[in-house]
Amino acid sequence: MANRHTVVAGKSLLLAVAMFGFGYLMVPIYDIICEVTGLNGKTGRVSIAEAQAEVATDRLVTVEFVASINQGGSWIFKPQVQEMQVKPGELNHAAYYAENLSNMPVVAQATPSVSPQAAAKYFNKTECFCFTRQAFEPKGSKEMPLTFIIDPDLPINVDRVTLSYTFFRSPDQS
Amino acid sequence: MTSGVYRWMLLVVCALALPSVAWADWGALNMPVGVTEISGKVYELHMRIFIWCCVIGAAVFAVMFYSMFKHRKSKGAVAADFHESTTVEVLWTIVPLVILIVMAIPAAKVLIEMEDFSDSEMSIKVTGYQWRWQYEYLDQDISFFSQLDSASNVARQANSTVDPASIEHYLKDVDNALVVPVGKKIRFLHTAADVIHSWWVPDLAVKKDSIPGFINENWALIEKPGVYRGKCAELCGRDHGFMPIVVKAVSQEDFDTWVGEQKMKTASADMDAIRQWSQAELMATGERVYAANCMSCHQKEGQGIPGMFPAIAGSDIVNGDMDMHVHTVLNGVPDSPMQGFGSSLSDVDLAAVITYQRSAFGNQAGDILQPSHMRSLRQGLRQSALAVPQNNLKGVN
Amino acid sequence: MSYSDKAHDHPGHDEHDDHHHGPAKGLMRWVKTTNHKDIGTLYLWFSLIMFFIGGGMALIIRAELGSPGLQFVDPMFFNAMTTMHAIVMIFGVVMPAFVGLANWMIPMMIGAPDMALPRLNNWSFWIMPFAFTIMLSTLFMDSGGPAGGWTLYPPLVLQMGDSFAFVIFAIHFMGISSVMGSINIVATIFNMRPPGMTMMKMPMFVWTWLITAYLLIATIPVFAGAVTMLLTDRYFGTSFFSAAGGGDPVMFQHIFWFFGHPEVYILILPAFGIVSSIIPTFARKPLFGYDSMVYATASIAFLSFIVWAHHMFTTGMPLAGELFFMFSTMMISVPTGVKVFNWVATMWRGSMTFETPMLFAVGFVIMFTIGGLSGLMLAITPADIQYHDTYFVVAHFHYVLVPGAIYSLMAATYYWIPKWTGNMYDEKLGKLHFWISTIFVNVLFFPMHFVGLAGMPRRIPDYNNIFADWNFIATIGAFGFGFSQLLFVYIIIKCVKGGKEATTEVWEGARGLEWTVPSPAPYHTFEVAPEINSTTVTR
Ligand code: HEM
Ligand SMILES: [Cu+2]
Ligand SMILES: [Cu+2]
Repeated sequence: MANRHTVVAGKSLLLAVAMFGFGYLMVPIYDIICEVTGLNGKTGRVSIAEAQAEVATDRLVTVEFVASINQGGSWIFKPQVQEMQVKPGELNHAAYYAENLSNMPVVAQATPSVSPQAAAKYFNKTECFCFTRQAFEPKGSKEMPLTFIIDPDLPINVDRVTLSYTFFRSPDQS
Repeated sequence: MTSGVYRWMLLVVCALALPSVAWADWGALNMPVGVTEISGKVYELHMRIFIWCCVIGAAVFAVMFYSMFKHRKSKGAVAADFHESTTVEVLWTIVPLVILIVMAIPAAKVLIEMEDFSDSEMSIKVTGYQWRWQYEYLDQDISFFSQLDSASNVARQANSTVDPASIEHYLKDVDNALVVPVGKKIRFLHTAADVIHSWWVPDLAVKKDSIPGFINENWALIEKPGVYRGKCAELCGRDHGFMPIVVKAVSQEDFDTWVGEQKMKTASADMDAIRQWSQAELMATGERVYAANCMSCHQKEGQGIPGMFPAIAGSDIVNGDMDMHVHTVLNGVPDSPMQGFGSSLSDVDLAAVITYQRSAFGNQAGDILQPSHMRSLRQGLRQSALAVPQNNLKGVN
Repeated sequence: MSYSDKAHDHPGHDEHDDHHHGPAKGLMRWVKTTNHKDIGTLYLWFSLIMFFIGGGMALIIRAELGSPGLQFVDPMFFNAMTTMHAIVMIFGVVMPAFVGLANWMIPMMIGAPDMALPRLNNWSFWIMPFAFTIMLSTLFMDSGGPAGGWTLYPPLVLQMGDSFAFVIFAIHFMGISSVMGSINIVATIFNMRPPGMTMMKMPMFVWTWLITAYLLIATIPVFAGAVTMLLTDRYFGTSFFSAAGGGDPVMFQHIFWFFGHPEVYILILPAFGIVSSIIPTFARKPLFGYDSMVYATASIAFLSFIVWAHHMFTTGMPLAGELFFMFSTMMISVPTGVKVFNWVATMWRGSMTFETPMLFAVGFVIMFTIGGLSGLMLAITPADIQYHDTYFVVAHFHYVLVPGAIYSLMAATYYWIPKWTGNMYDEKLGKLHFWISTIFVNVLFFPMHFVGLAGMPRRIPDYNNIFADWNFIATIGAFGFGFSQLLFVYIIIKCVKGGKEATTEVWEGARGLEWTVPSPAPYHTFEVAPEINSTTVTR
């Protein structure tokens, strides 16, 4: 009797432990789902070579640039142009401007997000200031470039894509 | 219990229910039809599923009550011994399934329409803050904060002597409404600067979470001019219940006029902020600003309410270092009713009210703060209502 | 004749030393007990006490909401109350009460002498008071109790002071207790059935608990993972849920609701089992469609894993996701409907009497159905965009949880208390308890549908005047309902102390092994396995 109990209890416990692991596994699964479906607006990253392989189309799509600052930042952070017309399949350049208004050196991390979500997976960047942290001198400023390409497969009913960056103070700063 | 007792019970239930029906404001019973095509469709879906639910409920309860009435032992009912019937089981699985499919099709259609963002004509970025909203008209270069109006703000304080019922739009009014044109497809871009909020205007049938670091989107095409009120719908901390939304939909001409005014305001505020002001001018303006924004708590003579709202008269902060005073006014005091005014008042108003406080009520500081200096102090702060003070204000916390 | 009588005729063939003695004397009986009935009793008293603590919090909430303006509490404390109320009611009342019933009844229903793992059983109980002491003590800490809602969404929940760590700690212990309890139940049901007690001969309560136990084992650890991630985000610099470090706060919601939706079924499946036992008894007619009830329960459990995002329609999901979760959520009301139809069909052409357990069971069926129907409305995604985070949702889940889960617990108490104590409860008072509870519970929750539709968000301490009337009515209902539960306690105590002697069968139409042991059930039952053949009525 006791043995049979141990077997059932052991199996159940195993299930419980496995499900605890599954909880953590949901993190990478979620990332993959986001990448595949564009859920949560995370943008893709491609190499220049891949980008150049695309064929430009005649269609015009408006790309709109938006900037936000998360709490606790004395910043000026804004796109250099409000919006631009781009052709899917063509490589485009844009830039944001950031200025540290405080008298302290600060490291910032920009997080990108694309709306509508359906467009996110067609929005690919070859180069972006969000790929790395950005360090700023006291009162320092810089222009931060970004190069992107819109996949020609972008759904036809999407005529406007918003690219948003939020500036966070980098979390590992003391 | 005898059936007589049951009858009494029923009477009591009805007696309780009747007055409640009579008092109730019937306007506050159902979902609004709203003022967009989508909101109308959502209302229709809501009513359709509601009716289905009533029908299903009525049918189930009718059978049940009939049975409870007829098939009781006291009436001599003898229990039948039937159970298990595949036919019946299949039937009551299939029928609901069919009803669901009938319901799901129109619901899916509306959903697809809601998610169609194409051909939008203007974009407004909405940022949620603890606890106010920021609106940025992306193609107009207009940006402002919107927060609970001062009348509600006074009445909502604990132990306030103002009766909430005396305020027409208690907790549903703001200082600066979002003004939009009718007849245009407006895209709202949602994000937040601190925690998750949710921008909800029932009349437009829009509700979308604002999530820090991410951008979300929905849209509305308002058909009818009017004032539409909403609320933050996602728990966002202490004052979650106190960050209303007001959307003022106006005709295109009125909207253009409004845009013009906003731009003039910014321009004249710029002019005012850079010129030198005399102390008398600042004191006069400051007195007005004080009455509008500070007096409800700190009282007419700056005496405050002991134990609740500190006095301005004789205050250490007001009579002390200017930086600390500025910081307090700009950022407020955490966990207290003292909100920060950094985002809701102009440079001139802020400089004036600070100057005023430092000389009024017998306060001895007597120094003046120029609007231009104020402007330079909070540059950058404008970007974020909750921004930490700049370096010269550091250490104040 | 009863099986346990038989057992007492042939003593002397067991390994446990406490067998065949009565319970130990004094307080240590309860601390050290491994007897399933004692542990069941402990669980039931614990949840009754927690019911009044959680109820007190609800009354604070309703008092504040009685009229517009802030009268009694600070908004921060208000938020702590809504958060704690939910945690106490879910993890401290409904779940432990069901575990208590499982402990008492499952061995007696399947003809087993005790739970499979008695020592584990003792631990799973004693963790609970410990966990809740920690949880409740946060209310007295400087940084206050948790105030970010029971859903614990980051980043808000991460703004909490250091009592946060205590909350997470307490949640872990509650989780460990539930998982241990569930493992025990699974082992009992699989291993302790006597020969002849096939799976399809088990009472519905046992079936629903078996499935619930699996839901618990599968989802509580996921929840534990999610709160652990919160903890490391807060204190150890990970950024699972912070966009700045590449995480996403919405991911927490996905993980939470992957647990959270099965959790709401954890709170209702055992209730289905209870009602499926009571209605046949008082209709004097076997359950209509036992098999389909089992299958419906299983499919509800399965579907509950693929509907979670219906709590997240406003977070911004791809269209395909919204459609999928809308359809799957609508689907779940099919097996739920099957359950309701089966109960009605069981009543049909029965020979019904309406003693208190039956009244509560019938009340359950009606009011749970109301909650299920509003659930169906919430499943319609475009409409849910309006309903979400309003009092309409509050009305929905309170209908399924209060006149749903809680009513099933009251029904179960009245139904089995003669077996537990050997005394009949006071039938007049029981009926009175039912009627005043039912009136007030509807006065309390029905108006919430209206204010919700009219635009009142949930989790707010103050509101505009247009919502004032209905809120006032709801507050009256709350106090009425709250205070009428004192009557419940009175009835229980009166019944424990004495009353008309209960027979072995207790109810005329009673079916199942638990009604073959004497009342009160002896300290040890079924030490010799009952004989079960094809004609034995076990359900
Ligand atoms: C027919 C079956 C049901 C359906 C279709 C259904 C559907 C839903 C939906 C769509 C929501 C999300 C509403 C929103 O936040 O916008 C919801 C919320 C909820 N439901 Fe149900 N439900 C059903 C049965 C139940 C049952 C049986 C229970 C528990 C015993 C339950 C408990 C809850 C709870 C606690 C919430 C709110 C959670 C929170 O946000 O705090 N529901 N339900
Ligand atoms: Cu908010
Ligand atoms: Cu759910």
